Amino acid sequence: MLEVIDLHVEVGSKEILKGVSLTIPDGETHILFGPNGSGKTTLMMSIMGLPKYKITSGKIIFNGVDITYMPTHERAKLGIGMMFQKPPAIRGVELQKLSEIIKSIRNTDADVQEYARILNLEDHLSREVNYGFSGGEIKRSELLQLLCQKPSLVLLDEPESGVDLDNITLLGNVIKKLLKGEKIKKRHTSGLIVTHTGYILEYVNADKGHILMDGKLVCSGSAEDLFEEIRQNGFGRCENCLQDTI
Amino acid sequence: MSSRHYIDEKILELAKSALDKKAAYGQDIDLSAFEEAEEKDQISELSKLPEEIQKTILNAGIEVSEEGRSGSFLQLDHSVVYRRLQQRHHGQLEILDINEALEKYPEVREKYFWKAVKPDRDKYTAFSATHPAHGYFIRVFKGQKVEKPIQACLLLQENARIQNVHNIVILEEGAEVQIINGCATAPKVKEGLHIGISEFYLEKGSKLTFTMVHNWAEDFYVRPRGVTIVEDDAVFISNYVLLKPVKSVQSFPIAILKGKNSVASFNSLLYGLKDSEIDMGSHIILEGENSSGQAISRAIVKDSAKIYSRGILEARQNLSKAHLDCRGILLSSSGMMYAVPELLSDGAPQSHLSHEAAIGPIAEEEIEYLMARGLSKDEAISLITQGFMDVKILGLPKQLENYIQELILQTQEENM
Repeated sequence: MLEVIDLHVEVGSKEILKGVSLTIPDGETHILFGPNGSGKTTLMMSIMGLPKYKITSGKIIFNGVDITYMPTHERAKLGIGMMFQKPPAIRGVELQKLSEIIKSIRNTDADVQEYARILNLEDHLSREVNYGFSGGEIKRSELLQLLCQKPSLVLLDEPESGVDLDNITLLGNVIKKLLKGEKIKKRHTSGLIVTHTGYILEYVNADKGHILMDGKLVCSGSAEDLFEEIRQNGFGRCENCLQDTI
Repeated sequence: MSSRHYIDEKILELAKSALDKKAAYGQDIDLSAFEEAEEKDQISELSKLPEEIQKTILNAGIEVSEEGRSGSFLQLDHSVVYRRLQQRHHGQLEILDINEALEKYPEVREKYFWKAVKPDRDKYTAFSATHPAHGYFIRVFKGQKVEKPIQACLLLQENARIQNVHNIVILEEGAEVQIINGCATAPKVKEGLHIGISEFYLEKGSKLTFTMVHNWAEDFYVRPRGVTIVEDDAVFISNYVLLKPVKSVQSFPIAILKGKNSVASFNSLLYGLKDSEIDMGSHIILEGENSSGQAISRAIVKDSAKIYSRGILEARQNLSKAHLDCRGILLSSSGMMYAVPELLSDGAPQSHLSHEAAIGPIAEEEIEYLMARGLSKDEAISLITQGFMDVKILGLPKQLENYIQELILQTQEENM
C-alpha cells in the first residue's frame, strides 16, 4: 500500500507539489488527471525518488516503510516501478542485457524472451536501450523492463502518449497484465497512472481517479466520472474547486 | 635466430639524419636511459612459459592453449622465442621472424622493408632502422581466407630495456586474415620502451582485421609507428584497445588508401588510468577513387590520466569520403582529454569529410533512469561506461569480440 502524506516538493527551488495526500491500497489502480504543469510527473518522480525532486516536507510510506528519503534504487528494489514518459537512451547497452539485470536485481522469474515476443520487441533485444526507438517502441521497451521487474506499485506516466492506435491495444493489454500481478483472484499490484487521453481507461479497472491542480489534489472519485467531466468541461470547473482549497 | 642487420645504405643514411629528431607528438624520450635487450632461447610450447608470463599475455589477448588460433608468434624482449602455424593452415599463410624473411626473400627488402614507414620520420624510427630488430613477417597467400585469427605477442620480460620490433604483414590478392596483437610486460618490468615499426600491405580485394591489445607497465613508454598501404577493393580494419596504465603511449598510424574502393577503419577503446599519458590518433589518406574511411574512438579518463585523441582525414581524390567520431568521458577533475579532429581536402572538392567529437560527463539522467530500475549509482555508472566502451565498434567476429569484451569487463571491475 502507498500512502502519500501532505507532500511538498520543490524542483529547482520552485515549489511544485503543495501538500498532496493520497492513499492507494493494495491491488488498486488510481488515475491521475490534471492540466499540463499541475505536478503529475513531479508526484510520480517523487514517489520514485529521483534526486531532482526535493521533498521539503511530508511523507511517503510504502508497505509500511517510510521511503521519503530512500535512494531511488532502494525503492525499485522494494517493488516500485516506473514507466518513464521520455526515457534516455543507454548507448552500447542491449535491451536484453538491461532486462536480465533488472530481473536479477528483483530475483523475478520473468521470461525476457516471451515478454519480448508479446511486446513485438524480439528484434529490439539486441539493440541499444531506447536508441533510435520510435514512440511506440519506447513505451514497449519500458513495459518490457517493468515486466522483468515485476513491481508491486506501478507508476505509469502517460503510457499512451505518442503511440498509434494499433499499438494502444497491445500496450493496454500488457498494462492490464502488469497490474494483475501474479495472483489471479486477489490483485496485489497497485497502479498510479497519468493520462491525458483516457484511452488507457478502456484496458484497466480503475478504482479511483484524482485531479491535480497547481500542486494540490482538488478532487477524487470515480475515474470514469472524472474523465467524463474533463472531456466535457476541461479543467475549468476544477479551477473552482482549487479556489475552495485555498 | 639472431638478428643480423639487414638494411640498405640509403635507408641507413636517412635514419642517421633523424637520430635526434623529436616526434611531432608526445613527450620526448631519452633513449640512452634504456639498454638494448639480449637474445633468448626458443621455447617449444607457450604453456612452457612461466605461469606469471602466461597470465600476463592472456590479458593482452593471447591464448596460451592456442585454441581457436591459426598461428602464434611470441617475441620476448628482443628475441623471437616461439612461432607456430597450425598444421591445417600450411599453404594458406606463413609466419616468419622478420630476419628470416629478409634472408629468404630478396623482395622483402626490395618492396616492403622500410618502404611504407619512413626511417627518418623521427628518432624512434631512426633508432629502429639503425639497430637490429626482430618482429613478425606474416604473408597470407593469394585467395586464402584464414578463418581463425593469428595471435602475435610482443612481451617485455627484463626491466629497462628497449624492445625494437619491426613487423611486416602482406595480404596477397583476395586474402583475408585477422591478427590479434598483444603487447605486454612481465610483472617484474617497471619501465622500458617499446618501439614498433609496422608495415602492412593489402593487395587487391584483401581484408585485414588487426586488433592490438596493450597491457603495459605503469612506467613504460610505447612508440609504435605504422603505415598500411591499401590497394583496390581491399579493407583494413585496425583496432586498438588500451586497458592498463602506462607511462606514455604515442601513436599516429597512417592508412594510405591507394586503390579504388579501398576502405580503412580505425577504432580505439582507451582507458586512461593513473598517470597515463596517451596520445593516440589515426591518419587516413584517401587517394583512390571511391575510397572511404572511418575513425572511431572512445576514451574514459580517470585519475590523473591525459588522453590526446587525434585524427586526420585527408582527401586527395574527388570521389572519396570519411568520417571521424571521437567521444570521451572525463571521470576525474585531475584528468585531461584533448580531442583534435582534423579534416583536409586537398584538390578534392567533391570529397565528403566529416567529424563529430564530444567530451562530457555521464548524463545524470541516464544514471537516474537505471537507478529507477534498481541499479545502485555505482552499478549504473559501471553499466553506462561499459556500454560507452562498446566492443561492437571494433567490427570483430563474434568469438574475438567476446574475448575482447571479457578483457574490458576485467578492466571495468578493477578500475571503475
